[in-house]
Amino acid sequence: MKALIALFLAVAAVPLAAQDSMPPAPYAYRQLDDPAQEAAAQALMETLRCLKCQSQSIADSDAPMAGDMRHQVRTRIAAGEEPEAIRAWLVERYGDYVSYAPQISPVTWPLFAVPLLILIVAALILRRRIGGKGGE
Amino acid sequence: MKRWTLWLPLGLFAFFLGLAAYQLTQPKDEFVPSTMIGKPLPRFDLRAAADGLPGVKTADFTDGKPRLLNIWASWCLPCIAEAPHLASLREQGVEIVGIAIRDRPEDVARFLATHGNPYMRIGADDLSEVQLAIGSSGVPETFVIDGEGRILHQHIGDVRAADVPELIGKLQEAGQ
Repeated sequence: MKALIALFLAVAAVPLAAQDSMPPAPYAYRQLDDPAQEAAAQALMETLRCLKCQSQSIADSDAPMAGDMRHQVRTRIAAGEEPEAIRAWLVERYGDYVSYAPQISPVTWPLFAVPLLILIVAALILRRRIGGKGGE
Repeated sequence: MKRWTLWLPLGLFAFFLGLAAYQLTQPKDEFVPSTMIGKPLPRFDLRAAADGLPGVKTADFTDGKPRLLNIWASWCLPCIAEAPHLASLREQGVEIVGIAIRDRPEDVARFLATHGNPYMRIGADDLSEVQLAIGSSGVPETFVIDGEGRILHQHIGDVRAADVPELIGKLQEAGQ
């Protein structure tokens, strides 16, 4: 039992201890001076997934790695890079998973096509039924 | 219309309910694999993470010899667990290059003094820049790099005893 408690404590202690003590990256919590650039950075950061805490965006997360990602986004936008180019850079490294923005790709197109198809079929059925009744 | 088709919508609903319930009981896959496998290492040049060991740059990987690139940190607990297995890789002649994420030189030195040093060189990645550039999403992770500096394999999480032969196999494949 004691061993079990010790094991539980050891497991429970990991998230607390597994954190670095370095200060956050310069642009992790600092906004860009240009409001337009900051707005573009913010919009992008809200649609990028935090890799450490996978249900949050990097704009929402206080994980150090999310801070480093915000730093990258802000410094790249300050350097004049397009937000979508930064997203593409990350997708190249982590796959679609890193982006929250829905993308039509060879894998995801049914998600967009099936609802359209169902609507069309429903419209056809309705027309046949209503049209049929009207013809009687 | 046949009688049974009336039940079709309810059946479909039950199917999706069952699917959702099944997915909820499945353990979540925490790993985000890198999509940089097969691609060359990005260009980088990191200062030394500790005194007495050189830093790391891309050119260190292009001398024809395959090696391991270990992403780690002194504040990372699983990195302590993998230290003996990295040491055994080192003993078997594997060259390991370390990149320390968000780390201080004194902490790196203390970690190496306590848990041993399997590294030929260690670079300091203070802003996780190289980590992001190679598609790594945590510590520790171990990449197999071939002699031309291409990423061949990613091992996510700490290296355990059973992973040692696999990594050596991947390095041998890379050397051929």
